[in-house]
Amino acid sequence: MRYQVEHQTIYSYDLPVIQSQQLLHMMPRQTPFQTCVSYTLACEPIPAEQSQRLDFFGNHNHYLTMLATHQVLQVTSRFQVELQPRPPITALMQSPAWEQVQAMLQAQGAQHLEAVPFIYATNRVKSSEALAAFAKNCFTPQRSLLDAAMALTQKIHAEFEFDAQATDVSTPLDEVLKGRRGVCQDFAHLMIGALRSLGLACRYVSGYILTHPPPGQPRLVGADASHAWVSVYCPVYGWVDFDPTNNCLVQQEHITVAWGRDFGDVSPMRGVVLGGGRQQLEVSVTVTPLEATTMLQV
Amino acid sequence: MQSVLNQLYFSDRYNELLDSSGQARPHWQALVSQLETEEPTAMRKRIEAVQRQIRDNGVTYNVYADTHGVQRPWDLDVLPLIIPQEEWQHIAASVAQRATLLNRVLLDIYGEQRLLSSGQLPPALIYGHSGFLPSCVGIPHYDNMALHSYAVDLARAPNGQWWVVSDRTQTPTGAGYALENRTIISSAFPELFRDLNIERLSGFFASMRDSLAHWGHRVAANQAQTVPGVTALGQGEPPLIVILTPGPYNETYHEQSFLAGYLGYPLVHGSDLTVRNGIVWLKTIAGLKPVHVILRRIDDDYCDPLELNADSLLGVAGLTQAARLGNVLIANALGSNVLQSGALLGFLPNLCQSLLGEALRMPSVATWWCGEPAALEYVIQHLDELVIKPAYPQLRSSPIFGEDLNASQKESFIAKLRAQPGHYIAQEQVDISHAPVLTNHHQQPQLGTLAVSLRVYAFATPNGYAILPGGLSRVASGKDARVVTMQRGGTSKDTWVLSQDSQPPFSLLRKTNSSQDLVRENAYLSSRMAENLFWYGRYSVRNLQKAITLRATIRALVEYTPESRAGEWPTMQGLCQWFELLPSPKDEEESANWQPWTDDDIEPLLVQAVFSQQSTSLATSVQQLFQQAFNLRERISNDHWRTVNVLSRLFITRHQHASLQDALSYIEQAINHFVTLTGFAMDWMTRDLGWRFMSLGRRIERLQFMCVLLSRALNMPQHSNLEWLLQVTNNLVTYRARYAAQPEWLPVLDLLLMDENNPNSVVFQINGLVKYLEEMDAQDNAGGIATELNGCWQTLLQLDPDQCFIAGNAALADWLNQTYNVTLNLSDRLSMRFFSYASPLVTPGY
Repeated sequence: MRYQVEHQTIYSYDLPVIQSQQLLHMMPRQTPFQTCVSYTLACEPIPAEQSQRLDFFGNHNHYLTMLATHQVLQVTSRFQVELQPRPPITALMQSPAWEQVQAMLQAQGAQHLEAVPFIYATNRVKSSEALAAFAKNCFTPQRSLLDAAMALTQKIHAEFEFDAQATDVSTPLDEVLKGRRGVCQDFAHLMIGALRSLGLACRYVSGYILTHPPPGQPRLVGADASHAWVSVYCPVYGWVDFDPTNNCLVQQEHITVAWGRDFGDVSPMRGVVLGGGRQQLEVSVTVTPLEATTMLQV
Repeated sequence: MQSVLNQLYFSDRYNELLDSSGQARPHWQALVSQLETEEPTAMRKRIEAVQRQIRDNGVTYNVYADTHGVQRPWDLDVLPLIIPQEEWQHIAASVAQRATLLNRVLLDIYGEQRLLSSGQLPPALIYGHSGFLPSCVGIPHYDNMALHSYAVDLARAPNGQWWVVSDRTQTPTGAGYALENRTIISSAFPELFRDLNIERLSGFFASMRDSLAHWGHRVAANQAQTVPGVTALGQGEPPLIVILTPGPYNETYHEQSFLAGYLGYPLVHGSDLTVRNGIVWLKTIAGLKPVHVILRRIDDDYCDPLELNADSLLGVAGLTQAARLGNVLIANALGSNVLQSGALLGFLPNLCQSLLGEALRMPSVATWWCGEPAALEYVIQHLDELVIKPAYPQLRSSPIFGEDLNASQKESFIAKLRAQPGHYIAQEQVDISHAPVLTNHHQQPQLGTLAVSLRVYAFATPNGYAILPGGLSRVASGKDARVVTMQRGGTSKDTWVLSQDSQPPFSLLRKTNSSQDLVRENAYLSSRMAENLFWYGRYSVRNLQKAITLRATIRALVEYTPESRAGEWPTMQGLCQWFELLPSPKDEEESANWQPWTDDDIEPLLVQAVFSQQSTSLATSVQQLFQQAFNLRERISNDHWRTVNVLSRLFITRHQHASLQDALSYIEQAINHFVTLTGFAMDWMTRDLGWRFMSLGRRIERLQFMCVLLSRALNMPQHSNLEWLLQVTNNLVTYRARYAAQPEWLPVLDLLLMDENNPNSVVFQINGLVKYLEEMDAQDNAGGIATELNGCWQTLLQLDPDQCFIAGNAALADWLNQTYNVTLNLSDRLSMRFFSYASPLVTPGY
């Protein structure tokens, strides 16, 4: 399956900005199930300096420095990716009991080096007994890890309401757990917090998801958004992705950009500007499925 | 001899002073005989001298630093801790070995992580520690050195052995305090200090400067090689090394400013630095200067809001990337906090064997990390003998002594341990040694003993670690004598290491080799400091003028009848309104109907103008002045600072029912202090670039006031009493000496406008401004401002005094307005030209 994604960010400032430094996590990773076919990054004003590197987690980082005085900053990330099918849940039945995975990670960390960075609490996602308790009726004794993770995905979807007004990027997890509403980022953090409170390894994945317009209506440009979900470490199958917002195992409609311990490791764009006063942010994302034969030039 | 030592009691602990038979140990004998032979009064005087010197030097430690400048004086015991040479050699070698080992561990954690993959370090110690910063993995280090500065807290067990209690690897503090302690205590016991042949501290700091300069040159070479347009350092040109401070409210800010002065490095804030082209630059009055080395006192994750903690307003955006490119050396390397964990202690003996191939020379206090199942069980079994502490600094909690817990507390605590064992370490509760302390008790010096710990400092050189021969000894005097920390009211001690070699007689501070090394200007004046000085100058003068105007107004109210002050009274009230000491009309309608206050109405308003908590009162503007002075603490002398301090305390207490007389008396006291500050500005500060910025501020403020005053005065009736004009400009004495008669317009205006020798005249301010601006920027007169001011002066000279120097003259009023506008413009242009740095706005990400 091939997709084209356009992700545009516009910051408008009340006062002129004389210097702007931005750190981006916008270019998609290569994974066994995903190949990035093409990538372009456009920025207005034109950056005085631009560099890129792979970070500790293997994500693409772009550093931009704008020195031209400006009141509007516009960054557009545009790319095409090719997705391969992932195994369905029926192919994942051999995952070990979750207690067994927990014990392995605690006792033999050196044998699970790719998982150990993702076991511990972070400042944004603290572990707690409340979170462990929340997951407990999914993680029943001797239940297989991935089966339990799917149950937790369903539980979050069933018990929480999607509400873009209820939270923002800084809302603490306790509040989300109490309020029972939030957005994909909150649900991903919630699931991560619960899994780590049980001593399991999981990571925060940021990316995009294909949305389906109502039947008979055209796809709207810019109506999509960044998305986030959770990847769970299984010693048998490796990393398996669950989307608590959409109550599904991740298949061929999720485009992966970056992953880390939580949102803080992968936020699409963060920055420091001199001047500016108050700022306004507009983000628009368009995900377009492409027929394999009609490859658009981007 | 018995008389003194009898004051000491015996215990199971090791006693630093006494041996097991109650005799003074050999290395203490010289000090003991001084105590024995000296009159108690002489010893009392030594104690008092130490306390006085701490106050005079302004040595402070901010415990609850706040905007009111509550600072605690540093606490220092008069008796040093004495350590014999052989013992010191063991300590120094052990500390150097430990620093070397920890540096290797740090390099591995942020490098290949072999200790992790080989199972020598459990992953929790790295990934469970919030001090581990993934962004810092892979940053290169010059000479494989990441832990440049290291400190370790030692304590002595009952058997006389020294043990390590904890490591300080992020921004070790206290070496500056150790240096100040030495200065004070060595002068309290000058003869003893000389005779005992004590190891000097200055060599350590000299080698620190050499090391940083060495790495600074390496960084400079890298910058020149990799960044187009950056030139290599010239022959003999020193690299730029700065100390990065979190600011004056940090608990050890005093130490930071002291070390900056001692080492000769600029003390900078994050906003003084900027990253461009992967290089860190210092924003100075003369433009951007590349920085080579940053000695930081800001915590790791607060150093870079772009890549690390976005909540930080203290750091420098892009610093991590600059370090990654090898374009700046940060001491310590970002991420070094990860080593600061009690959980690591138990792993060090094995790590030392495997990394250095030798045994760990000095053991740590027995420590169990509860993350290991066997350790957890041991800890639960032996809880009574153990102290439980958080395993990582992010888990902020106080030590818990097992022996303090009752049965039910113990049970719930064990449940907590079992729930998150990895979050806790347990340490053996050690009875640490006691050292003698001497305190004044009811005016009598009294000898006692207190538990002591010793902080030892190491600093990296390209050839290994140098150790400060001495250190910061601390005795517990807080509530809980089992915890030794300055935060909880501990007392510090100087540490004397006895030497076999004779010591160089002088401190190496500012060792000058030849006249070529003489320095006449501070090399770098940061834009922030220039702006602080500028505003300090303005606030000082504004405060003085406010006070004098208020005094003149109150005196006129008290001394004259309404009829006899009718001419000038509305103008005086108007001037108070300009200073916002009295409320102004809110809109045009109010303004049109405005009537001067009656005497009964204005009296309470004038009292309020002095004492009220409102933002415009004299009391409040004095606090603003204090703030401004605090921002340039390291630039002003202690005497100067003390005056500001006393002045600010004058208005700290509230005055609920103050009278007009009270107001007058406080104004008089305040004016005395303001005039003292003027004296410091005129005759007590070096006239460098920074001084010029302060003087520009003073003159601009003065000139604006004179313009406003005179243009308002010109509106007074012809026959008004002009004496108050002379009072508020401090010209009364001069006028009376020159003219016997009542003040008249022409001679008054001549004195206030034209007299070039009168520091209280308009022309004096203009001439000064032109001079300083030209000195600062000879090429273009600071963007033509000086020329404009000169133009003002020429225009004034063209006015005919006989025609124009009279009430109601329009030409003079015009000139005053124009000149006022030039000064407004001047202030803005100075800001644009020299202070153009802004506070960053951080976008945490979406």
